Amino acid sequence: MSEKPGGKGRPGAPPRPEASGKHSVSQSAAPQAKTTTAQPEARLKVAGLEVRLGRSGPDVVGDVSFAVQAGEVLGLVGESGSGKTTVALALLGHARRGLRITAGQVLLDGTDLLALNPRDLRAARGARVSYVPQDPSSALNPALRVGTQIREVLQVHPGAAGNAGDRVAEVMQEVHLDPTPEMLRRYPHQLSGGQQQRIALAMAFACRPSLIVLDEPTTGLDVSTQRHVLDTVRRLCRSHAVAAVYVSHDLAVVSGLASGVAVMYAGRVVETGPAARVLGEPVHPYTRGLIRAVPSPERIEALAGIDGQQPRPARRGPGCSFAARCGHATGDCATQAPELVTVADRAVRCLRAQDIQASHPARTPLVAGPPAGAGMPALSVREVTASYGSTPVLSGISLEVPPRSCVAIVGESGSGKTTLARCIAGLHGNWTGEITFQGTPLARGTRQRDKNALRRVQYIFQNPYTSLNPRRTIGQIIDQQLGQLTGLSHAKRSARAASILEDVSLDPDVLSCYPDQLSGGERQRVAIARALAVQPDLLICDEVTSSLDVSVQAIVVELLRRIQQERHLAMIFITHNLALVRAIAQSVVVLHHGTLAESGPVEQILEHPAHPCTQRLIADMPRLRSSRTHRPPDPKPA
Amino acid sequence: MVGRRLAAGVVTLFLVSVVVFLATEVLPGNAAYAILGHEGTPARVRALEVALHLNRGLLDQYWIWISGLFTGNLGHSLANGLPVWGYVEPRIINSAILVFVTGVIGALAGVALGAVTALRKDGWPDHVISVVVLAITSLPEFVVAIALIIVLSTAVWHVLPAVSLLAPGTYAWSQPELLVLPVATLVIVITPYILRMMRAAMVEALESDYVEMARLKGTPEWRVVLVHALPNAIAPTIQVIGLTFLYLAGGVVIVEYVFNFPGIGQALVNAVNGRDIPVIQFIVLALAAFYLAVNIVTDVIALLATPRRRIVG
Amino acid sequence: MAVNVPAAPEARLRQARRIRQHQWGSVLWSAARTPRGMIGLGLAAFVVLVAVIGPFVAPNAPDALVTLAFGKPSGQFLLGGDFLGRDVLSRVLDGGWVLLIMAACATVLGIAGGATAGVSAAYLRGASDGIIMRAADVILSFPQIVFALLLLSLLGPRLWLITIAVGVSHAPQVARVLRSATLDLSERDFVKAAELQGMRPAKVMWKEILPNLVSPLMVEAGLRLTYSIVIIAGLAFLGFGPPPPAASWGTMINENRDGLSLSPWAVIVPALLIALLTIGMNMFTDAFARVAIGVDRQPEEAALIENLSPGSR
Repeated sequence: MSEKPGGKGRPGAPPRPEASGKHSVSQSAAPQAKTTTAQPEARLKVAGLEVRLGRSGPDVVGDVSFAVQAGEVLGLVGESGSGKTTVALALLGHARRGLRITAGQVLLDGTDLLALNPRDLRAARGARVSYVPQDPSSALNPALRVGTQIREVLQVHPGAAGNAGDRVAEVMQEVHLDPTPEMLRRYPHQLSGGQQQRIALAMAFACRPSLIVLDEPTTGLDVSTQRHVLDTVRRLCRSHAVAAVYVSHDLAVVSGLASGVAVMYAGRVVETGPAARVLGEPVHPYTRGLIRAVPSPERIEALAGIDGQQPRPARRGPGCSFAARCGHATGDCATQAPELVTVADRAVRCLRAQDIQASHPARTPLVAGPPAGAGMPALSVREVTASYGSTPVLSGISLEVPPRSCVAIVGESGSGKTTLARCIAGLHGNWTGEITFQGTPLARGTRQRDKNALRRVQYIFQNPYTSLNPRRTIGQIIDQQLGQLTGLSHAKRSARAASILEDVSLDPDVLSCYPDQLSGGERQRVAIARALAVQPDLLICDEVTSSLDVSVQAIVVELLRRIQQERHLAMIFITHNLALVRAIAQSVVVLHHGTLAESGPVEQILEHPAHPCTQRLIADMPRLRSSRTHRPPDPKPA
Repeated sequence: MVGRRLAAGVVTLFLVSVVVFLATEVLPGNAAYAILGHEGTPARVRALEVALHLNRGLLDQYWIWISGLFTGNLGHSLANGLPVWGYVEPRIINSAILVFVTGVIGALAGVALGAVTALRKDGWPDHVISVVVLAITSLPEFVVAIALIIVLSTAVWHVLPAVSLLAPGTYAWSQPELLVLPVATLVIVITPYILRMMRAAMVEALESDYVEMARLKGTPEWRVVLVHALPNAIAPTIQVIGLTFLYLAGGVVIVEYVFNFPGIGQALVNAVNGRDIPVIQFIVLALAAFYLAVNIVTDVIALLATPRRRIVG
Repeated sequence: MAVNVPAAPEARLRQARRIRQHQWGSVLWSAARTPRGMIGLGLAAFVVLVAVIGPFVAPNAPDALVTLAFGKPSGQFLLGGDFLGRDVLSRVLDGGWVLLIMAACATVLGIAGGATAGVSAAYLRGASDGIIMRAADVILSFPQIVFALLLLSLLGPRLWLITIAVGVSHAPQVARVLRSATLDLSERDFVKAAELQGMRPAKVMWKEILPNLVSPLMVEAGLRLTYSIVIIAGLAFLGFGPPPPAASWGTMINENRDGLSLSPWAVIVPALLIALLTIGMNMFTDAFARVAIGVDRQPEEAALIENLSPGSR
C-alpha cells in the first residue's frame, strides 16, 4: 500500500507544519496546555487513509489523517454518509463488502495494521485494537451465551490474560455488571439494550487493547443509560491508558467525552483539533453549520439547518464537496480541492480558512412565542388510561393544549408518549377517559370518527421511510389525502397540493417523484405537507426528527415552528430530546412509566424541575460545551 | 407450549377427518351406485349400501367410521375383501422405510452441500451448481424417475430392475436392492431443496452483524463458520427438513407407482382407481396424522435449537 | 443561512419519471435480461409455443392408428409410433394445451383465493385470522397430490375437478406467504396514515397493501404455475388425466413406458417438454425474485425463515 507523505507541500506555498492533519491533540492547545517540552509519541497515527468502492472505483473516504494519545478520546463526528463508520472499521483493517482499503497507514504504537499479513492482523484484532459496535442486539450472536462470547475473545488471543475466568469477572465488574454465573449464562435477547452494550464493552476491554474504536455505541439507548455507558468509557480509557476513537453524529455527546475532534464530511476530514476549540469556535463552514443546528436547552434560539445534501461517493466533484451548500464559497471552491491548513490552532480543509473568523456561530434569538391563546383549550385530555392487550401503558394522564400553542411531551422510551399520541389520533382504540377537541369529545378509534374530526387532527410519524407509500408518487399521496378528507374538486386539489409544497420549501417537481427518490428530510417535509394540506387545527408530531441528521433536524423543527405560528395551529411535539423543546414549544409535559411526572411552561420545567425523574433527565442530557462555557476535559491520563 | 400445539393439532386432525369423510361419502346421488357403476344391480347396490352404512344418517356414518378407527375396526377393502389394517400395514412400513432412508440421505447431503456452496459463494462453481440445482428442483418426480430408469435400467446399464417384483405383503428389507431406484429418485428430488435452504440460511448468517463482530474480535475463520454461523443456519433448515418429510408423504405416490413398490402410495392409487372407499379414507387420514406428527417434532427440534424461542416462547 | 431556500430541481426527477411508469413492468423487463431470465424465458416460451401451435401443425390426427405399435422413427413418422400405433409427433403436439390451460386456471384460483385469505387474515387479525389459518392448516395437512386424489376418488378424473382441487390446495401456501408479508406491511406508518384518512379496511387492503405485494405475489404466481404443471401432469401420469384417446404429455409418459427399449421417443419427448417447461419457469421466477426482492432465495423460503425463527436475525 502506498504511503502518503506527511506534508503536502505545494510549489510556492509556505511550508506548513501539521498540514497533513497529523494533529496531535496535546500539541494544539494554546496557553492552557499542561504538557512539557517533548510531545509523547501518539498511540494511534492515521495517515492518508483511503477506502474505495472496489479496487479502482470512486473513493468513499480519502486523505484521512489524525492522531490520538494514550488515555484520550478522539471524537470522529459526521452525519450519515460522511464515511465515519468506514474509517472506524478501517482502523481494524476491515472493509465492508464491496469496499477496499487502497491507501494509507494505521500506525498503532508504531505498527502499521494495514501492512500486516492476515494472520497477524487477526491476532491484533481484539487484542491490540478492539471494536464496540453500534447495535449490540445484532452484533452479539443470538445463539451463544454472553459469557461464552466474552470468553471467546480471550480464547482466541491466548496470552492476553493469565486466567480467563478471572479476567472475565474482572472486566464484567469494570462495566458494572455482576459477574455471576447466572448473568454469564444468559443469551443476548435476555438482556436490556444497556446491558448488551456493556457486554460489548467488556468484550472490547477484555484483552486490554491499546486502542478502542467505538461506533456510535449509544444509539438507541436511553439518556440515562447513555450517560452511564459514556462514564464507563471515559473511566476505562483513563485507568487503562487506552486510546479511543469515538464515532458519533451527536455533537453534544462528543463534546462531553472527547478531548479532540475530527469532523468528517463527504469522506474527508474537514476540521480537526481540540474539542473545545473546534466545537466552541468552529472555522470550517460545515462545522459552523452543524453547531448552528444543534439545539440548546439553555437559550431560546431559532435552529438553522444546512440546505442540500451530502454528495455520495460517486458524485463528488473535483472541488470542495461542501461548496454547493456553503455561504463562503467562491468560484475556486468548485474546482480546486482544498488541503488541510493550520488556522487558529486546529487544521481546517477550506480554501477560505484564513478569512473565516473562529467564533461561536450566532443564532437568531426567538422572541418568546405569542402568548398561549386564552379561552377553551384546543385539546383537553382527562384521566386517559390505555393498555396494549393486558399490559397497562398509560394511567390517569390529564393535560391541556391551549389554542395556538405548542406542547412538548417528553419522556424516556417506554414512558408512553407515542401511545398517548396514538390515542389522541385514534390509532390506538383501547383507552378509557375523555379526550375533547375544541369542545367536542373524540371517539375512541378512527373508524368511529367522522371525516371532519379526522381532518382537524393530523399526525406526522417518526419514520419518513415508512410513512409514505413506496408505490405512490408524492402527488398521488397528497391527492389521496385531499380526496379522502375534503370535498375539493380535482383542479382545486392540484392547486392546493402545489401551494402546500411551496410552503414547506419543496420544488413542485417533487409531485411526480416516488418517495425513494427523496432524502429523509425531504420525505419528512412531504409528510408535513400532507398533514397541512387539509388545513388541520391540531398537529401531532411524533418524534418527527429522531431519524434525521442534525442539520436536517434543524430545518424540519424550524419549519414546524414557523408554520405553527403563521397558521395559529395547536401542536403536540413528542420527543425524547429535551434540548429540542426550547426551540419549538411553550409548555412541556413529562411522562414517566405511563404517568404524568410534571407539566408546566418550558422555562420552569427546564430550569427548575420539581420531579426527580425530570431532574434526572435534565442532568443526564448531554450538552454541547464550548471553550467559553466549559473547560476541556483534562488530556492527561489520571 | 408443546401441549398447546398438540391440542391445536388434534383439532386440525378432527377437521381433516371431517373433510375426508365428506369427500368420500357425500355425493350427489347414491354413493354405492356410483361405486358399482354399471355392475350395480339393485341387490348389489343395496348390499353395498348396508356395508358402507349408507342407509344411516350422515352423523351416524361419521361416528361409525371414527369410532371404528379407535377400536381398530377399519372395515374391509372393497377391492380384495381384506381387513383394511392387514392390507395396509405392511405397506405403511415399506413406505416408511422409503421415506426415512430418503430423508436421512437427502438431509445429510443437502446440509453438507448447502454449507459448502455458501462458503464458496460467488465463484463460478457456485453459479454453475446453483443453476443445476435450480433445474433439478424444477423437475417433476416422474420425469426424474423415468430418466433414472432410462439411464440405469435400459439404455446404459442393465443394472437394476426397472420394475419391482416384490410381492404385495412382503417387506422391503427382504430385497433391499429394490429400494435403490425409488430412494435415488426421491433423493435427487429433495436434496436441492434442502441445499438451497441451507445455503440461504448460511449466507445470511455469514453476512450478519454478529459474524462481522466475531471477525473483528480476531476469531479465526474456521471458528467463525462452525461456532457462529452454522448454529444460526441450522434452525430454519431443520424446519425445511421437516417439510421435506411432509413432501415425501405425497412424493411416494408417484414414485411407488413407477417402480411398482408396494407401499402406501401405490395402495392409494389403486384404491382411487377402484373406488375402494375404506382404504382411501384410512390412508389419507394416516397421512394427515403423519403430517401433524412431523410438524410437531420439527417445531420442538427447532425450538431446542433456537435459544431465543425456547425461553421467550 | 436562510432555511427557506427551495432545493434545486435535479435531472433525476425527469429521468425517474420515464422509468417509474410501470414499476413491476420494468422489473419484469430487467429480470428478462439477466442470463437466467433469458434462458428461463426462452425455454418456457419454446414449450408454450409447441403446446399452443402444436394442434394446428400436427401432421396426423392424434388418435389415428397410422403405424406399428412402438414403430421406429421414420421419415413419415418422425418420432415413431406409440403403444397403439398412433403418431407420436402428432400426439406430442396435441398433448400440451390442455395441461397449460388447467395449470393456468388452477394457479389463478390458488393465487386469488390465497391472496384474499392471507391479506385479510393479516390485516383484520383476531377471529378472521384464526378461522382462515385454521382452514389453511386443514388443507395443508394433505400432500397436494393426495388432496386431488381424495377429491377424485368418487367422481373420477373430471378435468374441472382436478383443476379446482389443485387450485384449492395451492391457496393455503399462498395465504401463508402473503400473510407474513402483510403482517409486516400493516404495521407500516403509511397504512396507519390511510386509516387516519378514514379509509375502510377493504379499501386500505386494496389500495395501500396490495400494490406493495406485487413482487411476492408475482413470484408466488410463477412458483405455483410450475407446481400446477407438475401436479397435473403427475396426475395424468397416474391415469387421472384427460380420458383416452386424448393426448396428454403426462399420460403419454406412462402409457408408453413398456416400450422404452423399443421406441423411447414416446416417453422421452413429452418428458423433455415438461422438464424444459418447469425448468424454464422456475429459472425465470428465480431471476424475477432476485431483481424484485433482491434476495438470493424464493419468498417462500424467506417467509419460512421469518415464520419459523422470528427475530433470529
